[in-house]
Amino acid sequence: MHTDAPARPRRIALVGNPNVGKTTLFNRLTGLRQKVGNFPGVTVERKVGHARLRGVDHEVIDLPGSYSLVADAIDEEIVAKLLCEGGDDPAHRCDCPDVVVVVIDAGNLRRNLFFLSEVLDTGLPVVVALNMVDEAQRAGIAIDARAIERVSGVPCVETVARRGEGIERLLERAVEAAERGVAPSRRWRLPPEDEQRLGARIDGAQPRWKELQALRAEQPDFRQREIEARYRWAATATGPDVQRAAALRRRSDRIDRWLLHPVIGPLAFVLIMGLLFQAVFTWAVPAMDLLEQGIGQLADAVRGPALWQRLLADGAIAGVGAVVVFLPQILILFLGLGLLEDTGYLTRAAFIVDRPLKALGLSGRAFIPLMSSFACAVPGVMAARAIPDPRERWLTIFIAPLMTCSARLPVYALLIAAFIPDHRYLGGLVGLQGLVLLALYLAGMAAAAGFALLVERWRSPGPRLHGMLELPPYRLPTARTVALRLKLRAGAFLTRAGKLIFLASVLMWALTTFPQTAPPPGASAEEAAAVQLEASFAGQLGRLVEPVFRPLGFDWKIDVGLISSFAAREVFVGTMGVVYSVGEGADEHSSSLRAAMAAQRHPDTGAPVYDLPTVLALLAFYVLALQCVSTIAIVARETGSWRTPALQFVAFTGAAWIAAWLTRQIAIALGG
Amino acid sequence: MDGVIADHSATLDQLATGESAVVAGVNGAGLSRRRLLEMGFVQGTPVRLVRRAPLGDPLELDVAGYRLSLRGEVAAHIHVRRRG
Repeated sequence: MHTDAPARPRRIALVGNPNVGKTTLFNRLTGLRQKVGNFPGVTVERKVGHARLRGVDHEVIDLPGSYSLVADAIDEEIVAKLLCEGGDDPAHRCDCPDVVVVVIDAGNLRRNLFFLSEVLDTGLPVVVALNMVDEAQRAGIAIDARAIERVSGVPCVETVARRGEGIERLLERAVEAAERGVAPSRRWRLPPEDEQRLGARIDGAQPRWKELQALRAEQPDFRQREIEARYRWAATATGPDVQRAAALRRRSDRIDRWLLHPVIGPLAFVLIMGLLFQAVFTWAVPAMDLLEQGIGQLADAVRGPALWQRLLADGAIAGVGAVVVFLPQILILFLGLGLLEDTGYLTRAAFIVDRPLKALGLSGRAFIPLMSSFACAVPGVMAARAIPDPRERWLTIFIAPLMTCSARLPVYALLIAAFIPDHRYLGGLVGLQGLVLLALYLAGMAAAAGFALLVERWRSPGPRLHGMLELPPYRLPTARTVALRLKLRAGAFLTRAGKLIFLASVLMWALTTFPQTAPPPGASAEEAAAVQLEASFAGQLGRLVEPVFRPLGFDWKIDVGLISSFAAREVFVGTMGVVYSVGEGADEHSSSLRAAMAAQRHPDTGAPVYDLPTVLALLAFYVLALQCVSTIAIVARETGSWRTPALQFVAFTGAAWIAAWLTRQIAIALGG
Repeated sequence: MDGVIADHSATLDQLATGESAVVAGVNGAGLSRRRLLEMGFVQGTPVRLVRRAPLGDPLELDVAGYRLSLRGEVAAHIHVRRRG
């Protein structure tokens, strides 16, 4: 079977139901040799990587999980298009994979085999990966790869993706099948009349899928008979194993008795979210302090009289460093969210919150994209592809940017650490700073709920599509999966800091340094720096918009920070790093941005710039304002027009201004 | 694609917690019906109501081995024959 000549590289597509371990398998096949989307998470678009077999790099494509090739939502359409129509773009050369690996959960054969039967009709070579055989064996289910081969007519390889077993054999079989290029035969049988109709149409050269499409369109009941016929075929491979399947769920059922308990369930939900929250804010602190010191020392070492030295120290390092400091917090956030997702807990949470979300025009299915938005709205918006109802999907996309994303965290953390006193309550268990952060998160959610209600009231009622959600058994992710996820996530964060923030910081430094102004004679270093800043481009820009933000208590330096952060929120921190380090002058540089901010004074009154009402107003502004070009771009792409992001921008930023103003007034009235 | 069941069996949302049944058919029309069938609610499939969510809705169902969360109003379209 094997020749000595090197094989051609092949395109291998990974498909299957959700929750069968496709992505774990993909990671095993490709390792780090995958093109990393900047945003790991539940797969809603194709991911490409390479797997090496005997010196040849084969292309592996990870696709979203689907229950059927007759697509129900956008993410399923992607799979259907690739397998049935040879890709999205008919203009290009055939995008078809050379072989399709259908990943199947050994403990859940019936529904998985239904999907397999559809893939077998696409005309592409197929290899089956019978995954999670370890779980099935533990539950006493007898699995038989040979039985599946007999029934389907294609090779079947047992795998345990999480342990890396069977991967090499699977790759070999897949490449073999790709080289043979044989289309599988049809093994399921329709009732006689339908068989006749199908037989009359089948032209041996075409894949059967097109004929089946035609029949479904012509005969309204055909799809039902087709589905029933496929399930009958699936039964020939599974037999009556329903009792044994129950054994698989025993551990999960025990856990769900508590986590989905009518009273304890919601309590546990609140506790778990609270714990995640505490972890993000408190556990990262030592690491962050270390980072901050290191970056400060680096900047001090580099700084000098030459322009390039100042650019490096006060532009690049100050700006990028201010953001990089938050890497530990970001990692803990992603670790926590990732664990919740991988273990399967998020689906339970979605189950619990479905009812209250229904009142907002959403469903439990919207919960997962919205949870993702706590990390970053971009993958959250993309995850909405899995929502079948178009209106619910739009609404989810619309409110996603209001969920407190990780880019807001540096801004919140900076302002809270600098200006909220560290009062402790309950014997040191609960801190005021933590409470304020919690309040900000809740405010974001409340705003999202508020806007959702507003939209619902506006819209005319219409038929709502189902909100079905599978509850997979609880699974512990492997340390390897967790490590890979963190590595990818840290990489994405640093890349973003490296490119976007770096550019923004350098730009900011240039805008604050030019045009260069000679100091008035006899001025101190402080005064010279202040004059320079004010006369610079950034200063002029800040002065220009100052009237707009003065009612909120912001001075023009804050305005500069605000404007710059419309590109990306965390740029605010970087910009303030640059503005205050340039403003302070080289001699008095303090390695702590917080100290610099606390020392800011209004030139005319001498009062602190950052008094409590102003800080609270600034926080309120960031809760609501839409400040992220990436989000705007992705919403435009996912909704197909610029109308939605334009609406978001106007509505949220307008609301932000109002909220900031109100907050300031209330804080002043309460004697802030 | 309409289906009309003309007998007196119960619907899935009428089951008691923990009760088992067998699918007799799926009522209603449109995409939800097709998707229910694709998810395995074909005639003869064993189902069990595992629990209701803390606020009463949705329902967690055991569908021949896997678990699905389904809203009551959707489950009301699935006709079943109760088991002894």
